[in-house]
Amino acid sequence: MSEVLVVVDHVDGAVKKPTYELLTIAARLGEPSAVFIGSAAQGAQVAEAVKAYGAEKVYVVDDAQIKGYLVAPKAEVLQQLVAKTSPAAVLIQSSAEGKEIAARLSVKISSGLITDAVDVQAGGITTQSVFAGNFTVNAKATQGTPVITVKPNSAAPVEKAAAGAVEQFDAVISDAAKTAQIVASQPRQASGRPELTEAAVVVSGGRGTGGDFTSVEAFADSLGAAVGASRAAVDSGWKPHTFQVGQTGKTVSPQLYVAAGISGAIQHRAGMQTAKTIVAVNKDEEAPLFELVDFGVVGDLHAVLPAATAQIEARKG
Amino acid sequence: MNIVVCVKYVPDATADRQFKSDNTVDRVGVDGLLSELDEYAVEQALQVKEKRDGEEITVTALSVGPEKAVDAVRKALQMGADKGVHVLDDAIAGSDAAATSLVIAKAVEKVGPVDLVVFGMASTDAGMGVVPAMVAERLGLPQVTLASVVETQGNQVRIKRDGDAATEVIGGTLPLVLSVTDQSGEARYPSFKGIMAAKKKPLETFSVADLGIDAGQVGLAAAWTQVEATAARPPRTAGEIVKDEDGSGATALVEFLASKKFI
Ligand SMILES: Cc1cc2nc3c(=O)[nH]c(=O)nc-3n(C[C@H](O)[C@H](O)[C@H](O)COP(=O)(O)OP(=O)(O)OC[C@H]3O[C@@H](n4cnc5c(N)ncnc54)[C@H](O)[C@@H]3O)c2cc1C
Ligand SMILES: Cc1cc2nc3c(=O)[nH]c(=O)nc-3n(C[C@H](O)[C@H](O)[C@H](O)COP(=O)(O)OP(=O)(O)OC[C@H]3O[C@@H](n4cnc5c(N)ncnc54)[C@H](O)[C@@H]3O)c2cc1C
Repeated sequence: MSEVLVVVDHVDGAVKKPTYELLTIAARLGEPSAVFIGSAAQGAQVAEAVKAYGAEKVYVVDDAQIKGYLVAPKAEVLQQLVAKTSPAAVLIQSSAEGKEIAARLSVKISSGLITDAVDVQAGGITTQSVFAGNFTVNAKATQGTPVITVKPNSAAPVEKAAAGAVEQFDAVISDAAKTAQIVASQPRQASGRPELTEAAVVVSGGRGTGGDFTSVEAFADSLGAAVGASRAAVDSGWKPHTFQVGQTGKTVSPQLYVAAGISGAIQHRAGMQTAKTIVAVNKDEEAPLFELVDFGVVGDLHAVLPAATAQIEARKG
Repeated sequence: MNIVVCVKYVPDATADRQFKSDNTVDRVGVDGLLSELDEYAVEQALQVKEKRDGEEITVTALSVGPEKAVDAVRKALQMGADKGVHVLDDAIAGSDAAATSLVIAKAVEKVGPVDLVVFGMASTDAGMGVVPAMVAERLGLPQVTLASVVETQGNQVRIKRDGDAATEVIGGTLPLVLSVTDQSGEARYPSFKGIMAAKKKPLETFSVADLGIDAGQVGLAAAWTQVEATAARPPRTAGEIVKDEDGSGATALVEFLASKKFI
């Protein structure tokens, strides 16, 4: 069976959940191999994590030489791994960085690129949700080694013990790939809440909060949810841009999405329309978001959310 | 100094966007416009020029697309770009991202030795957000992408961007590929003067042959990816909507969440 290369998404060797989703999908296409680009010292720890989700092999690529450069070196690493393993496909997470690595790789290896897949079936048939979620498209790569980027929450990770055989891979990185450099980096502060794109429940606030997110945040915490925001809330400076859900913000695909004080413009809907269950709280019963909801409350969010939060806390006991 | 800014002509996102029977996007039956996100690219290209007062700088707006795509180029000229290039060829219809990036890369080379190629962060139709990286790869250039702040000095470029894990400053040396987000600053409206001036600006149309591309390298038949099926999402079944009266809304909401096992 052919290998399927899965690029490991991690923070300092801590493997993130979308990687397990990719490994689960990879098993439908062939034999999953994890590609870890990071500190060689963390290779064993990463291998331990990914072998529990079906990684038969783990290629450890020491990034000491390329840390601090952008995506070009990582695309070179993958190009060399593709040449070595002739995989059935390369799967990468659909983050901004993941898509750019995939883009450069696909040109290098003259292979079809599909981005933002929400499902991949045996044979490499992908499903994409396009035009703000109004259309579902099935596509496939017809040339070369399919390079597919997959959105978080596209598969439930399945635990499956595998060999997880570690292999050091020494890539040769060109000087040309090291021309754009990270000059300074300020890590984002952890909020203690789940990460927006990975969360099972997301509660977002819009202009209707009037800038006071207290009731949105308290309600989110009662559900163990991530907090998001509309662009209007972000542009008003109420929340940083990293909170923005929508076309030019994050795409979320949670089990439950709650929109409070958000009207439901097409650009916002583009980022949340694939949520399994949608709830809105808005004082305007004509708000377009109500067309999408499974459940809606016409009312003032500053009254509805605190009352709901209190009842949820009471139920939890 | 030569700056090329890439502008895509896209179906209006607020209109009823459709696919044709060959699973390609209907770009004719729907109203189109310059992708809003590329207006930010035009703005940044113009700002780089304006901030480098005294240097000889030409900003060329480039679009690849059907006849009407020239409207995207015109809008950029009205905003202040100096020259326009429209790559128009029936052979291009149905191209995937790879072929699109090939056409753009060849067109950039034809414009002349280029210092800066500016892109929007993503188109507003397919929205893959990959064309800047693909063009950079094809031109053998570095890329600094998703900028919210752009500064250039001499041949140095610095951008600021808001990544998932960190806010970063990225540095690069010209020539390079740049993409900018909608956080980079409002795009200007064309003034009346700008609209009149645009009519006299040079606007060239190229075919793929003019760019030295074999027609067999582009278009639907040459695509490395193939769309097999498209389906409109079934309309959501109308959900339950309650009016909040005396706190009843919260109770109904909590009961709904409990019935779906979210609590
Ligand atoms: C190129 C482009 C990209 C964009 N990208 C994005 C994006 O990524 N994400 C995004 O969100 N937007 C995006 N937008 C903006 C989008 O078009 C809308 O302007 C934006 O989503 C509106 O945010 P909002 O719903 O919070 O505000 P509004 O549309 O002003 O809606 C506020 C809502 O709050 C309700 N309300 C007011 N007070 C209360 C109260 N006390 N209780 C309950 N309800 C109340 C009102 O009835 C109203 O429905 C983009 C726009 C463009 C042009
Ligand atoms: C719904 C849908 C899904 C698709 N899925 C795929 C897929 O999975 N794989 C694939 O290979 N192709 C796919 N395509 C085709 C692909 O999107 C087009 O080839 C497209 O021109 C390039 O990608 P993009 O529009 O997503 O551009 P993006 O990468 O999102 O665009 C980034 C920037 O590049 C510039 N740019 C892009 N296109 C042009 C242009 N024609 N002229 C000038 N500047 C431009 C603009 O500055 C733009 O802001 C899809 C198309 C549609 C409509």
